[in-house]
Amino acid sequence: MGMSLQQIVFGVLSIISIISALGVILSKNPVTSVLCLIVTFFTIAGHYIMLNAQFLAVVHIIVYAGAIMVLFLFVIMLMNLNAEIEPQKRSWLKYAGAISGGALFLVLLGALREADVTPIQPGATDIGLISNLGKTLFNQYVVPFEVSSILFLSAMVGAVVIGKREA
Amino acid sequence: MPVQYYIFLSIALFCIGVMGVLMRRNAIIIFMCVELMLNAVNLLLVAFSKMWADAGRVDAGGAQIFVFFIMVVAAAEVAVGLAIIVMVYRNSQSVDINIMNRLKN
Repeated sequence: MGMSLQQIVFGVLSIISIISALGVILSKNPVTSVLCLIVTFFTIAGHYIMLNAQFLAVVHIIVYAGAIMVLFLFVIMLMNLNAEIEPQKRSWLKYAGAISGGALFLVLLGALREADVTPIQPGATDIGLISNLGKTLFNQYVVPFEVSSILFLSAMVGAVVIGKREA
Repeated sequence: MPVQYYIFLSIALFCIGVMGVLMRRNAIIIFMCVELMLNAVNLLLVAFSKMWADAGRVDAGGAQIFVFFIMVVAAAEVAVGLAIIVMVYRNSQSVDINIMNRLKN
């Protein structure tokens, strides 16, 4: 059975994203974790493009890889963390965590393996274009949009108040 | 292409995030794993949005708006969370999550 181009691209992106996600939780050095997470975010942006969410892909790269991960990297470098002073859990706790996560994985996999969903067509749709998303956002979701601006304002004030030296 | 592939990928990413939260003690790594879980959910929402758009629904773009709002909340959360981590580091010279046990007394 031949694989379509879509499936090949999906497979390559998925393998890279899972390997780099494992790199986030397995690497000892926090800076390596951040770099692995950036790779994961880029592959997720690739998935968004394949799913006709072009605007979301661009916003994802700008917000996550551009802003959030730079913030993480900045904080890690500010604290001068490295692998030697990395706190380690007791090993049985680590195994318990890994087994719990794996059990959750198996349960979800078993529950959703037979899910009755329609397949994704290879053709393009225009729902992810910025004009359509903008119409949806400002016609149906104006109130959540305004509420999110209040959220941003309070987060900004909160970050400044918490981050002040003598709070 | 079955949408199950995307479901499986999202489950894998989400469970890797859960494992990271359970296995690590560095507060920054735990925070990054929370971001990973949020992104797994976002990917699933986008996949279902595409699925419904292919099925002919005109309001399938609502899922992408939802993803947009999740990104907004994640950005606000990161700003406050990293400020808290920096404050804890300044008070205790450590990002170990077990330091938080001191809050009990």
